Amino acid sequence: MTQAGPTPSATFLGLPAAVPPAAPRGVGMLRGDDPFPVAARRALGDAQLRRNLGKATTTIRGRRASVVAELDDWERLRAAGAAIKDDVLAHLDDYLIRLEEQVTARGGVVHWARDAHEANRIVVDLVRAAGADEVVKVKSMVTQEIGLNEALADAGVAAWETDLAELIVQLGHDRPSHIVVPAIHRNRAEIRDIFVREMGASGGVPAPAGLTDEPRALAEAARRHLRQRFLSARVAISGANFAVAETGTLAVVESEGNGRMCLTLPDTLITVMGLEKIIPTWRDLEVFLQLLPRSATGERMNPYTSMWTGVTPGDGPQAFHLVLLDNGRTATLADPAGRAALRCIRCAACLNVCPVYERTGGHAYGSVYPGPIGAVLSPQLTGVTDNPSLPYASTLCGACLDACPVAIDIPSMLVHLRAKVVDADRGASHRPTAEQAVMTTAAWTMAKPQRWARTLRAARLGRLLGHRRGTISRLPPPLAAWTASRDLPLPPSESFRDRWSRRQASAGGPDGSGGHDPQDGPDGPDELDGPDGRTPR
Amino acid sequence: MSQAGPPTTPSGQAGDARTEILSRVRAALADRPDPPPVIHDYRTAGTGTPSLTTDAPQEALLDLLASRLVDYHALVRRATSTASPASPLADAAIASAVATALAERGARRLIRPPGLPPAWLASTPGTEPVDDDPPLTAADLDITDGVLTGCALAIAETGTIVLDGGPGQGRRALTLVPDYHLVVVHADQVVAGVPDALARLDATGAPTRPLTWISGPSATSDIELHRVEGVHGPRTLEVILAD
Repeated sequence: MTQAGPTPSATFLGLPAAVPPAAPRGVGMLRGDDPFPVAARRALGDAQLRRNLGKATTTIRGRRASVVAELDDWERLRAAGAAIKDDVLAHLDDYLIRLEEQVTARGGVVHWARDAHEANRIVVDLVRAAGADEVVKVKSMVTQEIGLNEALADAGVAAWETDLAELIVQLGHDRPSHIVVPAIHRNRAEIRDIFVREMGASGGVPAPAGLTDEPRALAEAARRHLRQRFLSARVAISGANFAVAETGTLAVVESEGNGRMCLTLPDTLITVMGLEKIIPTWRDLEVFLQLLPRSATGERMNPYTSMWTGVTPGDGPQAFHLVLLDNGRTATLADPAGRAALRCIRCAACLNVCPVYERTGGHAYGSVYPGPIGAVLSPQLTGVTDNPSLPYASTLCGACLDACPVAIDIPSMLVHLRAKVVDADRGASHRPTAEQAVMTTAAWTMAKPQRWARTLRAARLGRLLGHRRGTISRLPPPLAAWTASRDLPLPPSESFRDRWSRRQASAGGPDGSGGHDPQDGPDGPDELDGPDGRTPR
Repeated sequence: MSQAGPPTTPSGQAGDARTEILSRVRAALADRPDPPPVIHDYRTAGTGTPSLTTDAPQEALLDLLASRLVDYHALVRRATSTASPASPLADAAIASAVATALAERGARRLIRPPGLPPAWLASTPGTEPVDDDPPLTAADLDITDGVLTGCALAIAETGTIVLDGGPGQGRRALTLVPDYHLVVVHADQVVAGVPDALARLDATGAPTRPLTWISGPSATSDIELHRVEGVHGPRTLEVILAD
């Protein structure tokens, strides 16, 4: 069988038919029920949530900063991490084939899944073929993304989450709100209550009597709850942090040992990974095993990292299945200005530094991928029309770019995706919105200096709307929406251009640039028209 | 590179999915991105770490490893001997440290992986070694008091011990299920940084063996991001540094 791939002429021009499909609707967790502003407003009303998040993100920011500062080559590691991932993406087809060859040669079986439905079907079939009606799971974002637990439940298979945070989420009938610490929105007292209420009810070992909210006691309760489950499990399901194309080696980093339990004790291991998790060579791990733990949990190294290659006789699972998942990743790859989001190694450093995430928490984003990376990844996996509010869930402050260990330029990508949202909206031939009308008018006004100057003079009329504080708090319709949540500074009594001309005239002569009429200049001075030099908000 | 079809098509339609996904990837890369080459100008193997210059004596590596392990709340014990490694005198120093550790722990039934130097248990007549032959079940492992192993190497900068299933280490379950893991690290097994570790593992053919990297006892940061030791893996990690 030859795999010549699509003929270049069919795809080179980027014909619509050649754009890979987005992740399908109706399965998994990439789309929220509400747009971000609605969900964020709800989250902001939860004072407990804001306290929990503020405390946790402050802790992790400090830890990360101190261990990153230890490495004098951090910036060079970041650059190398970004370059390695870009190389993977640029040659993804070759690396996928290489990985498949290596895994297969060492006794693993590789499956390809175009989308969440297909991946879930493959996993359910494999679990059934193994004759199991329950599985233990390592924490994995990708299996949350595709809604695997729900698919397993529909097939009559019980899925036991074994990571402490995922256990808290599962027992609390909740959703993950963070990539690394999915229960970051819960404090110790809430976790204790969930354990007391749900551990026995779930069919596992109940919480011990008199359980306190001491973290050590809670960890001990989780150990007792899951111990027998680990020792008797026959099938485990994991994600992967890295897959080395050169050797076929898979790597999972974790802390608790639940990962080791799942990767070691059962007979059958099923690993689901996004296409982009590949790294080319064994040596490349020297970059990522430094970047990831320091960025994720602020540790020099996470307690446990497991690596395995295919099947090893006499050690660990004797059946290994690797499911390679697309689910919108090739659609993301197709956008040259957006594909760098696929560099992401899921460390969540961008969440921990984001002023928006810190206040709203992860649920407001709707997708299993929250925070800044979620705001660029989720809309690309689903297509922007299905997550149109997420590119706006940011102040564009840039903290995420500084924190990202693979230097994803999230702010620029957000702006790019905002443009795609606007274009998609325009393409849908809606009636022009008030915002579009205003922007069109503004563009026309700013196109000619004379027009702009006349407009500024006319804007002085706006001073009539102001009150004593020097602000406008209510504009007339249809502009009232703008002032519903913000004040507008009063237009100045005199524009900078007018003042400049007047002062030049009264000074009686040019001092270098004085004879130059700024109103006619193609590159006149920057506008500073706000009162007292304040930039209009 | 060969582009033959997959050796197996395990899920019926898998062959079709493979073809389609690879086609999608190639379509997505129609702009033929040509990213700049990777520059390895960070600290690679043999170039030292922020804490260890390239000419740092092995003693400095051991000291750093010990302090990192203590940071993780692992127990650290030194077995010092002037004799050459693996000589009877050096083994006697290890055996003495092992005996003290086991006595303090109160560990009697101890898993003995295949290939463990017999001399290490020469001073502990009270212990009851449990061999993995025939292979112990998970339930068997769960009722032992601990496991004694060697290791493939250790990383000073990050306080990490790497197991590769070699002699004296055994299969992965042996160091996972027991609640107490006692591990012996020889001074010449300690490397400076993560790149040094990957280079040495590569040189010994370890990459395709099952590897476990251990940095302290089992821990979690899942409750309010405070690190707490002791969840599913061994809750006590004790390290004997032999030099």
